[in-house]
Amino acid sequence: MKRYQNFLLVAAVILLAAIPLVLVKRPPVGPDAKEVEIFKGADDEAKDLIGRISPDYKPWFKPIMEPPSGEVGSLLFALQAALGAGFIGYYLGSSVTRTRLQKEQSGPRC
Amino acid sequence: MHIMEGFLPAKHALAWSVVSAPFVAYGIYSIKKRIAEHPEQRMLLGVATAFTFVLSALKLPSVTGSCSHPTGTGFGALLFGPAAMAPVGMIVLLFQALLLAHGGLTTLGANIFSMAIVGPFAAYGIFRMAQKIRLSFKLSVFFAAALGDLLTYVTTSLQLALAFPDPVGGFAASFAKFASIFALTQIPLAASEGFLTVLVFNALARYNARELQAMNLPVEQEVKA
Repeated sequence: MKRYQNFLLVAAVILLAAIPLVLVKRPPVGPDAKEVEIFKGADDEAKDLIGRISPDYKPWFKPIMEPPSGEVGSLLFALQAALGAGFIGYYLGSSVTRTRLQKEQSGPRC
Repeated sequence: MHIMEGFLPAKHALAWSVVSAPFVAYGIYSIKKRIAEHPEQRMLLGVATAFTFVLSALKLPSVTGSCSHPTGTGFGALLFGPAAMAPVGMIVLLFQALLLAHGGLTTLGANIFSMAIVGPFAAYGIFRMAQKIRLSFKLSVFFAAALGDLLTYVTTSLQLALAFPDPVGGFAASFAKFASIFALTQIPLAASEGFLTVLVFNALARYNARELQAMNLPVEQEVKA
């Protein structure tokens, strides 16, 4: 069980992300003949809801810099994930190597 | 959970910034003290920050048909205490506000409060409680990370409901609406965050057991079990 545990944890995360992709069906095209968007960001949906609750509300500050396109935006998100994953990988990698070297040193010599 | 730039009335934005500032200040002090006492934990602090960077970049689809992301702050809260995560979360939120137009400077205080204060403190408290009722270390970590994540999004819903009460139903109706976007979407994602946090702890328990013990985390029993 213990050996498979990490594998199961990863599988659970992948499943939790993949199941919605299959389960959520795109609603039929509305009267305005526009495709209904699915899997929008929750942040964006909250912004739309603010517009419905207080239609008069005007955002009073604009982002200083906005990614010029969705592509550039995804570049920066990928960069964010890569920086984090790179650091974690480096730390775990060096810990694994350190543990192995310690074992080799303290292990029986022939 | 990012409230977008300019989408909180100025009074609310200011109030949340005033509330969050002392947490960030105390967090910086607590990190400095910890690193002065245990310089060898510097790398783990980097890992906690990196984990928050990765998880808050992962926009995952949810069964509600919208996408959101985990926060990754529970992990660091268990290692360094909840206060330490306020400045760490602020770094991540600043990165996203300045470069990605995700969140914002005017809403930074409110976003720090939900993601980097409520989330970590909830995770820490839930972990302590779970340990007290003798749940296993892994289950405690799972509930701490998952519920801390979920409560972050409940907080965002509260903040928005306070700022934009429903014209008919008032605060409660508005909270129900925002929570149906944020908190519902977040439930499977919170479980994912719990799983990923246990995964990282498994790796640390195997290769960095000594470091975890130095942080008073009961890994040894787990390794033996």
